[in-house]
Amino acid sequence: MTTTDIPTIADPNESGARAAVRDFVARARGGDLGSAPVVAGLIVIWIVFEILNPTFLSSTNLVNLTMQSAAVGTIALGVVLVLLIGEIDLSVGSVSGLASAVLAVGFVELGMPLPVVLVAAVASGALVGLLFGLIRTRFGVPSFVITLAGLLGVLGVQLAVLGRTGSINLPFESWIVQFGTQWFLPAWLSYTLVVAAVGSYAWSQVVLARRRTEARLPAVPLRTIIVRSVALLVLLTAAAWYLNLSRGVGVMFALFLLLAALTQLALTRTRWGRSVYAVGGNVEAARRAGIRVNRVYVSVFVLCSSLAALGGVFAAARLAAANQSSGGGDTNLNAIAAAVIGGTSLFGGRGSALSAVLGVIVIMSITSGLALINPDSSLRYIITGAVLLLAVVIDSLSRRSRAAAGRA
Amino acid sequence: MTYSTQPAEHLLSLRGISKRFGAVRALTDVDLDVYAGEVVAIVGDNGAGKSTLVKILSGVHPQDAGEISFEGVPVTISNPTEARGLGIETIYQDLSLCDNLDVVSNLWLGRELLTNGGLDEVAMEQQSWTLLRELNARIPSVRVPVAALSGGQRQVVAIARSLVGDPKVVILDEPTAALGVAQTAEVLNLIERLRERGLGVILISHNIADVQAVSDRIVVLRLGRNNGDLRVADVTSEMIIGAITGASDASLLRGTRPAAVAR
Ligand SMILES: Nc1ncnc2c1ncn2[C@@H]1O[C@H](COP(=O)(O)OP(=O)(O)OP(=O)(O)O)[C@@H](O)[C@H]1O
Ligand SMILES: [Mg+2]
Repeated sequence: MTTTDIPTIADPNESGARAAVRDFVARARGGDLGSAPVVAGLIVIWIVFEILNPTFLSSTNLVNLTMQSAAVGTIALGVVLVLLIGEIDLSVGSVSGLASAVLAVGFVELGMPLPVVLVAAVASGALVGLLFGLIRTRFGVPSFVITLAGLLGVLGVQLAVLGRTGSINLPFESWIVQFGTQWFLPAWLSYTLVVAAVGSYAWSQVVLARRRTEARLPAVPLRTIIVRSVALLVLLTAAAWYLNLSRGVGVMFALFLLLAALTQLALTRTRWGRSVYAVGGNVEAARRAGIRVNRVYVSVFVLCSSLAALGGVFAAARLAAANQSSGGGDTNLNAIAAAVIGGTSLFGGRGSALSAVLGVIVIMSITSGLALINPDSSLRYIITGAVLLLAVVIDSLSRRSRAAAGRA
Repeated sequence: MTYSTQPAEHLLSLRGISKRFGAVRALTDVDLDVYAGEVVAIVGDNGAGKSTLVKILSGVHPQDAGEISFEGVPVTISNPTEARGLGIETIYQDLSLCDNLDVVSNLWLGRELLTNGGLDEVAMEQQSWTLLRELNARIPSVRVPVAALSGGQRQVVAIARSLVGDPKVVILDEPTAALGVAQTAEVLNLIERLRERGLGVILISHNIADVQAVSDRIVVLRLGRNNGDLRVADVTSEMIIGAITGASDASLLRGTRPAAVAR
């Protein structure tokens, strides 16, 4: 550090825009790329598939894509949380399958009311997560091993719950299936929600800027807030309008977005969220700072498995069925890949709920784009694998650039 | 922040502290006093017991024998939270910062300010600036991840962090060990700020020049025992090194002997 050209204290009253630019440059030089690579990647993928098959970007296809994204995206949201504390959960696919099975057996075979069955399905996930969290904190076993064992064990429980039938169809008239396949927001409601979301974002920014100005801290200028909010409004309105050209915005997809937004709020605005990042960044420092590290571990494993279970419910609702392969196949890897592709670091402490949304859209775009060209899944697996590898390489490189700058 | 005006409030007094790890006698019958508004350096060769003494004070290990009084009251310090509750903050050699979090988050980690149930980022940022300005600390921005700061700046953040809980005694274990010349000067400057605030500062260091530059009193440990309690003004670096290596007679240097020993 040169001591000559840096002011003793950076002037907190300097223009907000300049401070923002300087912070961004510092972050980028520190190897923190955020969502930039995944957004760039998504644009490339969409252009390529649109060239190969002009129906790819059709409204109908994009509506299908959003409906396919909700289940895996919800699971990926939980994976983001475990990755943030520097752990992994390999059992999310099995847990989602278990929840599908609990839903189908409880509702169809035992004839229990839907709300009760839904609670039971999510609770089964929470219970699995609690078990993982307790084993992780009591015995210090790496989560990789615990959840690998969990992958098998929970799959066994799923098969046991399904019993001999092996496959159960959900009645098409039930509201859960309607919710997963037929419920779309009316156009007026989709626009209202967009306006409400952007409005509350803009308002919170204005309030924050005002408080910061009162506290004589650098604040985002009103002009910038307006420009950003209008840009966001245009983007979201255009997206809603385009989806509304065919069936529109699925209620299940909207619910997934809501969950992602709530998760993001919890991560950035609460003490719990701060402790999640702290544990992922430096467990020992978090412990010395008085954070109850074990509680953070357990809460995150419980949340991850609960979200996986909810994802399983979404999947069953969309397919109107649960069977022995629910949550099997590529569910597990797609969910984990989505979190990583979206920009959440495998090394802990870096990422956001937004990465689950972006990551799952990338994965589902590849799936859907290739299905239009070639129904064979061999190419799909290879390309998804390559994209995942690319994301991990970017993650490792940015970590190395931090290390090279003495900032690991 | 209030600045203590009484020059010599007796903050910490350790008497007859002993600690063994199996067959190793890490500390034997060690005494230590710390007054408000003074910097006490603890020096000694590798394995002399400096870190062990600090760990007893910060609640990492209990002592086997001996008494600790804090502000004249006998206390037992059985875990780090109790030490912090008394007002003893320790800055460990390995910093204990979260690299992925920004400066404000690190300063307030574990004791975040809340408003309406959410984090009060504005108040935390404002108070961070106040604190850093009081310390005359050079931090370019409080909103960059700590990973993007230099080693000296990180040390400054670690020290500032210890002040958020308004402690009475601050312990620094080799704060300049990994730093260059300019950064060392910055940290030493900061230690003087701590003294001006009326804190009792315990500084562990292997660097005699640093110790002479910043401390008021030097407590020498040798093989786990007291081997001198020297006023910096009265001694030369040769005498300090003599006490560390055992070349000079401990009894001669004990207490605050007048300048008779100095040439
Ligand atoms: N947890 C422990 N278990 C066993 N022995 C220990 C432990 N901690 C310290 N010791 C021993 O106690 C003695 C004093 O160690 P201490 O770390 O206090 O020395 P130090 O003065 O801090 O040395 P350095 O200058 O190398 O940091 C050494 O012989 C060390 O090996
Ligand atoms: Mg030591």
